[in-house]
Amino acid sequence: MTGPDQQADLSPASIDAIVAGALAAFADAASLADLKVARLAHAGDRSPVALANRAIGAIPGPERRDAGQRIGAARAAIAAALAEREAEIGSAELEARLVAERVDVTLPVALGPAGAPHPITALMDLMGDVFTAMGWEIAEGPEAEGEWLNFDALNFTPDHPARFTSDTLFVEPLDSHVVMRTHTSPVQIRSMLDRPLPIYVVCPGKTYRADEFDATHVPVFHQIEGLVVDEGISLAHLKGTLDHLARSMFGDDIETRMRPHYFPFTEPSAEVDLKCFVCHGASVGNPDAPCRTCKSQGWIEWGGCGVVNPRVLAACGIDTDRYSGFAFGMGIERTLMFRNNAADMRDMVEGDVRFSRSLKGMAR
Amino acid sequence: MRAPLSWLAEHVDLPAGMTGRELGEVLIRAGLEVERVESVGAEITGPVVVGRILAFVDEPQSNGKTIRWVQVDVGAEHNQPHPDYPQGCRSVVCGAHNFSVGDLVVVSLPGAVLAGGFAISARKTYGHLSDGMICAEDELGIGTDHTGIIVLPSDEGLRPGDDPAGVLHLRDDVLDIDVSPDIGYCLSIRGLAREAGQNLGVGFHDVVERSTPPSKLDGYAVELADPACRLFVALSVTGVDPTRPTPRWMARRLVMAGMRSISLAVDITNYVMLETGQPLHAYDASLLRGPIVVRKARPGETMVTLDDVTRTLDPGDLLITDDSGPIGIAGVMGGASTEIRPTSTDILIEAANFEPNTISRAMRRHSLPSEASKRFHRGVDPNAAYSAAHLVAKLLVELAGGVLAEAETVAGAVPEMPLASIPVDLPSRILGVDVPPDRVVQILRESGCDLEVAPEPHSGQARLSLVPPTWRPDLVDPYDYVEEVGRKIGFDQIPSVVPTAPVGRGLTRAQRARRAVNAALVDAGLVEVLTFPFVSVEDLDRMRVAADDARRQLVRLANPLAETQPYLRSSMLPGLFAAVNRNNSRGNDDLALLETGLVFFAGSGQPAPLPAVTGRPSADELAAISAALPVQPRHLGIVLSGQWRPAGWDGPAEAAGWRQALALAEIAAAAVGVTLERRAVAMPPWHPGRCAELAVDGIVVGHAGELHPQVAADFGLPERTAAVELDLDALIRLAPDRGSIPVLSTQPVAKEDVALVVPDGVPVAEVRAALVAGAGPLLESVSLFDVYTGAKVPAGHRSLAFAMRFRAPDRTLTDAETAAARDAAVAAAAAGCGAVLRDF
Repeated sequence: MTGPDQQADLSPASIDAIVAGALAAFADAASLADLKVARLAHAGDRSPVALANRAIGAIPGPERRDAGQRIGAARAAIAAALAEREAEIGSAELEARLVAERVDVTLPVALGPAGAPHPITALMDLMGDVFTAMGWEIAEGPEAEGEWLNFDALNFTPDHPARFTSDTLFVEPLDSHVVMRTHTSPVQIRSMLDRPLPIYVVCPGKTYRADEFDATHVPVFHQIEGLVVDEGISLAHLKGTLDHLARSMFGDDIETRMRPHYFPFTEPSAEVDLKCFVCHGASVGNPDAPCRTCKSQGWIEWGGCGVVNPRVLAACGIDTDRYSGFAFGMGIERTLMFRNNAADMRDMVEGDVRFSRSLKGMAR
Repeated sequence: MRAPLSWLAEHVDLPAGMTGRELGEVLIRAGLEVERVESVGAEITGPVVVGRILAFVDEPQSNGKTIRWVQVDVGAEHNQPHPDYPQGCRSVVCGAHNFSVGDLVVVSLPGAVLAGGFAISARKTYGHLSDGMICAEDELGIGTDHTGIIVLPSDEGLRPGDDPAGVLHLRDDVLDIDVSPDIGYCLSIRGLAREAGQNLGVGFHDVVERSTPPSKLDGYAVELADPACRLFVALSVTGVDPTRPTPRWMARRLVMAGMRSISLAVDITNYVMLETGQPLHAYDASLLRGPIVVRKARPGETMVTLDDVTRTLDPGDLLITDDSGPIGIAGVMGGASTEIRPTSTDILIEAANFEPNTISRAMRRHSLPSEASKRFHRGVDPNAAYSAAHLVAKLLVELAGGVLAEAETVAGAVPEMPLASIPVDLPSRILGVDVPPDRVVQILRESGCDLEVAPEPHSGQARLSLVPPTWRPDLVDPYDYVEEVGRKIGFDQIPSVVPTAPVGRGLTRAQRARRAVNAALVDAGLVEVLTFPFVSVEDLDRMRVAADDARRQLVRLANPLAETQPYLRSSMLPGLFAAVNRNNSRGNDDLALLETGLVFFAGSGQPAPLPAVTGRPSADELAAISAALPVQPRHLGIVLSGQWRPAGWDGPAEAAGWRQALALAEIAAAAVGVTLERRAVAMPPWHPGRCAELAVDGIVVGHAGELHPQVAADFGLPERTAAVELDLDALIRLAPDRGSIPVLSTQPVAKEDVALVVPDGVPVAEVRAALVAGAGPLLESVSLFDVYTGAKVPAGHRSLAFAMRFRAPDRTLTDAETAAARDAAVAAAAAGCGAVLRDF
């Protein structure tokens, strides 16, 4: 190597040799680390081409321009080769890294335990959403409730069997006239007492009965009830609302039926049935193909409903000449059984995490 | 109510060939809950025919029995050739002896299937080939009698080979109907036939043909001493032959209707009750002592009812009495002392009408839901009593040879029915379907209403004046008539119209917040469960809850589902502990459970009023109801046990404990925009050294931490089980309403780390708060990144390392500014917490 104080050889042959030496060294580099060494040797401050460049100034006269051009070309060639080789090695190393860093993407990767909402809560929210989307609101009330709100205001006579201790849980003492609400209907009464007319509300929540505890009965269960009080409300509006809810819950092809019934708080009253989704009515009168779901009746009972009895409106101080209303109610547990095939109601209240987890995100 | 189709068909002109199922569909549309239609006798198939006994030989057997080898003529179609009988016959073995040559019997031939799937084939028995079987009642499913074979009447023109189904009343469709409380009149063949007739538009024939005469006491002496008895009809039939059997058709119908055949006289009263809906009672007249008085019971009075139970009577019970004392609880059950016996020849028939609530209370008091009380408590047609009594008398005369006394007693009268008035368009408006006025009038007339059309004086709109028929006590209010019209046109005629609600505001803030908390916790790994909200005092004892703790202000149920858990929960935790136990027992070990629900604390203890229902209660009455209710906040409970994270390929197991409990409480709070303040407290059921009180702006909203080891042990929970209980309502109430978004500084951040040595008892939160307070407005954030104890700090101390970030909104901070802010922060920590800056 020549020092700066020495007379450099800037002949074309010499310059070509410098370039050839650099290109060969770059090509020999197998890694970015090798290339860094080759870059310092052949393109660094003390590299032959740098020294040659510095020597240009010492060349006199016309030769100086020629040498300058030669060296400029040489530097450009070296820089281009270096960049090219850098890119080559870089992409090869990236390639190799990508191969080396491969992981098994099927490994379990949970960040924490798998949570789940309870299917009853999720379904209650979903049913509520159907109504808020229609402009209704969700009303709530206490579970230990005044007997007047749970029974009297709903036109239950003092002797109605539902008021017996065999049916209703009473807060001690019996004459406290406080009961565990047997339906969410007292929330309807509260809505009529508290809200401005017209009223369009649903009342989801927990309810209590002194009932059996078996596969199809639980003493603590959940209901959603709806109430509309407005001018010109008829049974047709009730039917339309129930049809909409049924389609939202079970799909557009669900069929409903309203069947006259009796409740103290509605008149006319009806029960709403769903066409059996298992046999679609094919089991009716067909002993060869009985249906356990609908007991070969073709229909399954979903809930109760009717036109609000004017006595109920009157007990809430509503002008019965001007306003009429409808109300309906159904069990969330029953709806879950129909919608998601839940077979045993006990599973819903025993707290087994497998039940809650069974629907995963499908519950929402 | 179980109603045989053949019986209904005697009262209504059903279309020819109509099946029970078809009629059931009609009645369902009319609002009757037809639970099922049973095809009685349908299981009996194949050749079952009338046979005439030609000859038989009694053959004693080695087992002591004597069988009969019988030759029986079963008609040309079924007879086999026989050398002795030109017409042929079948030869069968029979075990019974209650028949003679020439008798008509029922023969099942090979190929027949009898009740219970019993298939008949020719079989070798007692040395003969028995080519069929002579049937007893039980084999045909028409009775339980197996004491002998059925001998058919000889006077009904039956011939060998005929189908005996008709004369045996073998096949019928039985409609099983659950009658709702408002239509008590359908607890009768009469009522159901009327409904069928009206809904099918065919003729109905009312068995109640007689109108009730004015009160007369010509017959047995009866005194009505209580208004709860409105009408009492008494007829005397004498000279009844007690040995007469109940005719097969009557017994068969009683059985199909779900009753038992007892004796002719009793069967007749039951038969007429089923037919008319009027409960009836038959007394042995020879056992009655003096006049019948209907009155309320006296304190301490007792009587023995038909079921031989001695009952202590309540002063609310309405009684039928004579000089001997009570002889029946009115409308519920008769007495043993005057009941019909196998020797009774003189009978007094009672057909009465009672006020429904009186009967319903007595039925409840004595737990006696009898056929009679079931009808009376729904309301019985008062006009049916007189006719029904005469129907019973007629049958006693015809079937039992009795003589009806001409003198009869009719005490009381049929009550007046209430008048109603409705606009003729009310049904259309409320049903939402156009029902022309003529149709409304027609329907209500067909339903038996007495009806007048009159125009309203002002509007000219037609109004209907209505008096319901005596069998319809449910028709009182205008809307009752709307329902009647609706039932008759059919609810399937009503269109489906979605009503247009006014604009709504969606979920309330609290509803949204509750959903957000639930979703955040579920996403963080909690599994929501539902448990029963009942607890025992022992639960609180095991939780080590102090005597003066609010959670001891329990609400007790008067009639709890289980006496072991008679209280409403005041904490979410006992239910969740039980859920952990249950999951553990089912092999679910790693648990992170969540439940939200109401908890209950005793209210004022004052009873809630029961205001009148004629109008809106007063504000005071409503306030008194509210005050009487328990306090019922919504709580959130979390219980963690086992592994929060099991050991895996990517790391060791992480046990669930106090740290996750606190973190989950923070997640719940963060979901509604709250940062919880934490403070160490001793609060059962938590570990006194591992429990945080959780507060918002100084208001306590809950606790979290590891359970007290003794609590975990007493509840059978795994070691180190942790729990959270939050007052969700309070948390949401205290949550910020909306929040505001700051301007983001684009100036560079300056970072400073400080390590502070503090005495062990000083909580991190206090040191952090001092740093924040001292650093001033340039501090952007401060976070703890290390806690060190060991040789490099004095004993009883720990070193807390904080990363502090400073930033100004408008300029790059100089080193001097940053250092000054840091030093001020450290100085505040030193002053407030005894912190000493430690060199790294």
